[in-house]
Amino acid sequence: MIENRPGLNLLAHLTLMLGVAIVALPVWVALVASTHTATDFMSGTIPIWPGPHLVENYARMLDAGVSTSGTPPVGTMMLNSLVMALLIACGKIAISITSAFAIVYFRFPLRNLAFWCIFITMMLPVEVRIVPTFQVVADLGLLNSYAGLSIPLIASATATFLFRQVFLTIPDELTEAARIDGAGPLKFFRDILLPLSRTNIAALFVILFIYGWNQYLWPLLITTSSDYYTIVAGIKRMADAVDGLPQWHLVMATAMLAMLPPVAVVIGMQRLFVKGLVETEK
Amino acid sequence: MASITLDNVGKVYPGGTRAVGGVSIDIADGEFIVLVGPSGCGKSTLLRMIAGLESISEGTVRIGDRAVNDIEPADRDIAMVFQNYALYPHMSVRQNLAYGLKNRRTPKAEIDRRVAEAAEILQIGPFLDRKPRALSGGQRQRVAMGRAIVREPAAFLFDEPLSNLDAKLRVTMRLEIKELQRRLRTTSIYVTHDQLEAMTLADRLVVLNGGRIEQIGTPLEVYRKPASTFVAGFIGSPAMNLIPARAVPQLPGSAHAGIIGIRPEDLTIAPDGPIAMDVLAVEELGAQRLVHGQTGGERLTVTMPSDAPLSDSLRLAFRPGSLHLFQAEGGRRIE
Repeated sequence: MIENRPGLNLLAHLTLMLGVAIVALPVWVALVASTHTATDFMSGTIPIWPGPHLVENYARMLDAGVSTSGTPPVGTMMLNSLVMALLIACGKIAISITSAFAIVYFRFPLRNLAFWCIFITMMLPVEVRIVPTFQVVADLGLLNSYAGLSIPLIASATATFLFRQVFLTIPDELTEAARIDGAGPLKFFRDILLPLSRTNIAALFVILFIYGWNQYLWPLLITTSSDYYTIVAGIKRMADAVDGLPQWHLVMATAMLAMLPPVAVVIGMQRLFVKGLVETEK
Repeated sequence: MASITLDNVGKVYPGGTRAVGGVSIDIADGEFIVLVGPSGCGKSTLLRMIAGLESISEGTVRIGDRAVNDIEPADRDIAMVFQNYALYPHMSVRQNLAYGLKNRRTPKAEIDRRVAEAAEILQIGPFLDRKPRALSGGQRQRVAMGRAIVREPAAFLFDEPLSNLDAKLRVTMRLEIKELQRRLRTTSIYVTHDQLEAMTLADRLVVLNGGRIEQIGTPLEVYRKPASTFVAGFIGSPAMNLIPARAVPQLPGSAHAGIIGIRPEDLTIAPDGPIAMDVLAVEELGAQRLVHGQTGGERLTVTMPSDAPLSDSLRLAFRPGSLHLFQAEGGRRIE
């Protein structure tokens, strides 16, 4: 439907502006809050315009953190989050692309059962199985470790399903041509499937990185040592200040910093990401 | 270079559906064989069994003197050209051509030589560094053939390679394939449902119907002496008129044949001819016209020059010796 009426254009733009305002306002408030000092919040109102303490607040968070709430400097938490998000994103992609490869291209007994088992786990998110998962991770001695942070979240039915759909769109004749060209299964996987799903891998990486970065409940449960705090869980700990008011200006500065890596990933991979979501031709 | 022998080859799918049965063909070294038949006649299945993409449920396939039933497609020394080209979309034309050779650990210099040679033969030199998506249909088909040529295989297998091209390009490419095969003298098996393509390309035709061979012969043999009413109706355009003998008792042989076949081009207008036809429709083709009509309640098509006089009813004569007699039961040819 292509209409060209000024009235409709105006309406469309107003709707979009409203949408942007709804999304951007909290970010603006956080940004403004991170440029004030603790005393500016005493009155109970949040300032609407930026204050002069931006550099000071951010430098303090990056350098020392808030020792009263027991959190390490933001740098350490950012690094922990980065390691966790990368391990989860890469691990999920690696595991799901190989399982999709097995399910689509090999005829083995109970193949359909395997697929349905994977598919059914989509109905069991982390929160549902969190107690038994915690038990397993604790018994394996993985509390307070990168392995404990990432491995329980690393299997992905959604990604497996997505790669299965991608592989199903690759024409059979291409597989047959590769067979005649003498490409064994692994060579076929490396030379044909991987390059052809490049854009899908990129799109999935963006989504999974953000998923991993935003993990909150799981890191909160299994990290007790501040060396392994992730930034999202760290913000929560900071806001929970005992005997004192939360240091809102510092919490907001941390929140702003926590937003940066996902934004960087989205912007950096935007072109591939969009291509991966809309491209259908193989 | 090799001969190919099919010995009583059959394909039964799990579930019991029979796609191909009892096919035996001896294909000489350097011969161009065309498998032709309507959709679902098993021609593609047969080709894919020779290629190794389908398992062979009955009989033996030999390439050279080696039975290849249990040999992987890559090791059968064949190359295949697919209907939708099946080029690797993320590789350049050069990489597409070289991929099979690279997998066989052919030395780099040898790969470069063969790719250059194939590009020269097929005139795809200027496109070597492009991706397939930047090529037209005809160019893609050339690349697909190039991928077969560089392998220097014992046999080429073509699976309806021209079906995706437009009519004009199809005629050009048909000729190119023919010339290419002449030049390389590589044994070729070509699958098509287009009887014209089959006639023009083949050294020998194999007409398939319902998974079985109806007739094997040179294009002219098949055209002149179709072994059954199926072949008679399938080969030749416009199709042969097949008339129940009782509708034309005045024709010779109608007493002991069930069905009489006359090619449209073997009928001519003659005032005292034995066949009376009521004209129903006329199709103008330019050089000639097709006249459709009825005789004794049966449909009849006649090819005539475009300047021949037309009227509502015509009397027709047939060229002597041009009648084909078939049995009523099973439609086999009566000599």
